[in-house]
Amino acid sequence: MRTHHLLLFTLSFFACAEREDPDLLRADPDERFTGGANATTFDLGQNAFGGQVSGLTPAQSAFFVTGNSFFRSNWVTAPASVQSLDGLGPIFNATSCGSCHFKDGRAQPPASPDEPLRGLLFRLSVPGIDAHGGPLGEPVYGGQWQDRAILNVMPEGRIRVSYQEQAGQYPDGSAYSLRKPVYEFLDFNYGPLAPGVMFSPRIAQQVPGLGLLEIVPEHDILAYADESDTDGDGISGKANRVWDEATQQTVLGRFGWKANQPGLAQQTAGAFNGDIGITSSLFPLDHLSAVQQQQYPNLPNGGNPEISDDLFNKVVTYMRALAIPARRDHDEPEVLRGKLLFNQINCAACHRPQMTTGQDGSIDALKGQKIWPYTDLLLHDMGPDLADGRPDFLATGNEWRTPPLWGIGLIPVVNGHTFLLHDGRARNVEEAILWHGGEAENAQKAFKNLNKADREALIRFVESL
Amino acid sequence: MKRNLTTLLLALLSAALFFSCDKKNEDDIEQLKKEALTRYADLVLASYEDSYDAAQVMRQAIEAFLANPTEAGFQACKDAWLTARNPYGQTEAYRFYAGPIDDADGPEGLINAWPMDENFIDYVEGDPNAGLINNPGAQPVISKEVLVGLNELFSEESIFTGWHAIEFLLWGQDLSTSGPGARPYTDYVTGGGGTAANQDRRGQYLRVATDLLLEHLAQVRDEWKPGAAFREAFLNEKTNAEAMGLIFFGLREFTVTELAGERMTVAIDTKDQEHEHSCFADNTIADLRMNLLGIKNVYFGTYQYVNGTNTTGRSFSEIAEKLDRAKADALRAAFADAEAKMNAIPAPFDQTIVNNPTPVEQAIAATSTLGTLLAEVGRAIGAEF
Repeated sequence: MRTHHLLLFTLSFFACAEREDPDLLRADPDERFTGGANATTFDLGQNAFGGQVSGLTPAQSAFFVTGNSFFRSNWVTAPASVQSLDGLGPIFNATSCGSCHFKDGRAQPPASPDEPLRGLLFRLSVPGIDAHGGPLGEPVYGGQWQDRAILNVMPEGRIRVSYQEQAGQYPDGSAYSLRKPVYEFLDFNYGPLAPGVMFSPRIAQQVPGLGLLEIVPEHDILAYADESDTDGDGISGKANRVWDEATQQTVLGRFGWKANQPGLAQQTAGAFNGDIGITSSLFPLDHLSAVQQQQYPNLPNGGNPEISDDLFNKVVTYMRALAIPARRDHDEPEVLRGKLLFNQINCAACHRPQMTTGQDGSIDALKGQKIWPYTDLLLHDMGPDLADGRPDFLATGNEWRTPPLWGIGLIPVVNGHTFLLHDGRARNVEEAILWHGGEAENAQKAFKNLNKADREALIRFVESL
Repeated sequence: MKRNLTTLLLALLSAALFFSCDKKNEDDIEQLKKEALTRYADLVLASYEDSYDAAQVMRQAIEAFLANPTEAGFQACKDAWLTARNPYGQTEAYRFYAGPIDDADGPEGLINAWPMDENFIDYVEGDPNAGLINNPGAQPVISKEVLVGLNELFSEESIFTGWHAIEFLLWGQDLSTSGPGARPYTDYVTGGGGTAANQDRRGQYLRVATDLLLEHLAQVRDEWKPGAAFREAFLNEKTNAEAMGLIFFGLREFTVTELAGERMTVAIDTKDQEHEHSCFADNTIADLRMNLLGIKNVYFGTYQYVNGTNTTGRSFSEIAEKLDRAKADALRAAFADAEAKMNAIPAPFDQTIVNNPTPVEQAIAATSTLGTLLAEVGRAIGAEF
């Protein structure tokens, strides 16, 4: 404690020049409660992403556990004895939510080029926009490349993932290497792809805390936006506007790598439909293009829809009520120094530390919570190296949504790996930072200019989130 | 004046005494907490040792059976499995706080993952060629490495190891309404007289899965032994408030989300046998009772070995009774209520969830109340979470 005061004193001495906030060197007692008073779990083990928000009603709590079981369960080809779980495919990427979001966590890219993909999928589109301003699906393959299929149906094909190492160096002389992915599409089982086709790799992200982000007031998020960079800090921040299937309106996008989903119900229904091949009230048709439908006129289905509204609502309640793990070591000196640096080099301009949830939705326990997500939920140009070149509603081919950093340090505990970014190319936090470009280039350069101990402190801070 | 001075002196003296008593009380309570935490570590160790030893008995039965497959030998394996489940069921109360069972390298998913899609392992109704056992082409050798590598690889329910994999290998699918699965022992008879195919691979699978279970139980057990890094850090580097915070947070999570939620609510909500814990052996009700007993053990500092030996020691219940008698009494009553409600669930569980959910609903309510009270009492005695 005494050291802190001394440091504080020293720092405040220079504070005028740096305009830094000496409070950042102190631990805020609330910081530990990443998801606020109700939605923070203290299980920091393998189930760190699977905890239940406290203060749910008994009915919500029951929805949560059944939702969890359907998140985990494997769907099977219809017809099957377990009717609540049949209707897989006909083409799909996964048989359950949990096979990509294992233990509600994050997927990793294949370890070797020919390994099948688990939790990494590819969106497809051709130039132009659909009726609602969204991406225009490939005419035969649709909006997503499905690499698996039920018996007697052909999967769309395979994808090989390999990497090229790119050597780099810090100003202090230390070397690093980044790996750039190379994707090879193989076995075009439904013919060649249309000319001009664009694809976007997306890895399955961890899912806790989403119910909190869903009810952060829209005007708070829009207040972070600075599309024409009027404050001149090089960082703009743009809200995506996307199609809401339920209300048939264009609304703010919050979820997905490009903020292309308005809320958790649609995100979940979309994943059931595109990734597992399960129809729902929101998306009543299987994810097959007209050409594919003609090819398979008599496919079995698991009911209309394949997931009942009742079960679907339970899975969505589960998504909404997953608590976020508490911070570790938030008051350790090195972590606090990392926090200061994180703010000083402006990471926090997009990875906004703190916000408060609003009053929307049916889960009272999530309302009015002081949360620490480290995102602004906005789109930012991340530069050409990370670009997928595929627009998604208002998101350009260079833009990505700031991913929340909360929970990031527990991915190794839950999922046994440290791969990050939209396609899992970064092997750890350090590489993820080094890939930042575009609006984040200044921050990335500032990071590279830190000395080794400071870089480590900053990484340590991120890993404590 | 003199009287005033005396009064003042007396007042000062009694104040000093009062504060020193208070201080002494506090020290005593902290010391009691320390002892209760040590007792916790001891009973955790005792129950893992017991689990390991009972699983070792099962392993011997399995070895004997595989050497000479008979009906009686097969029954001995199943009896040993049922016996060994009892101590293990009690250890589940130590989950959900990143202890040795479910920290980064914790083997929980290898020991006790469920529900499982059994067709990853062996034949199922309508698919005689299903599973690793019947696909030697895909996986010629069934080894520890192969099973560990496959476990949970395809999804959270692609389970290849642990109690329930062994249970499936011993009982087979439960297709009966009155009893458990009825796998014939001849599934393991090699050399032409057996049922189903790949009897030798099935035997090898059973042997390897049992060896793995023992290894993983030993791993957890050893981390609780005196001198082991985890135990020492847990008892000596954490404050009482922190260590108790972990224990009571985990207890609430296990009681409310896992026991009342995953293991009972999901079962009656889906009315699906797939969602009962020991669905092949029909041992679910015993599992539930053992889970509850494990929670009770933690709070009351007790453990009874498989051989009947009782052990006791300092307990969180003692502390609660000193610090918040009313809450402690309420918790004691909640334990009794949850126990009574759970004992009232008729067997077999897979039929009860379909035909008679009321007793299960009552057990869910009582268990949820218990979990919430446990957290309150934990906080009342200084558990920080």
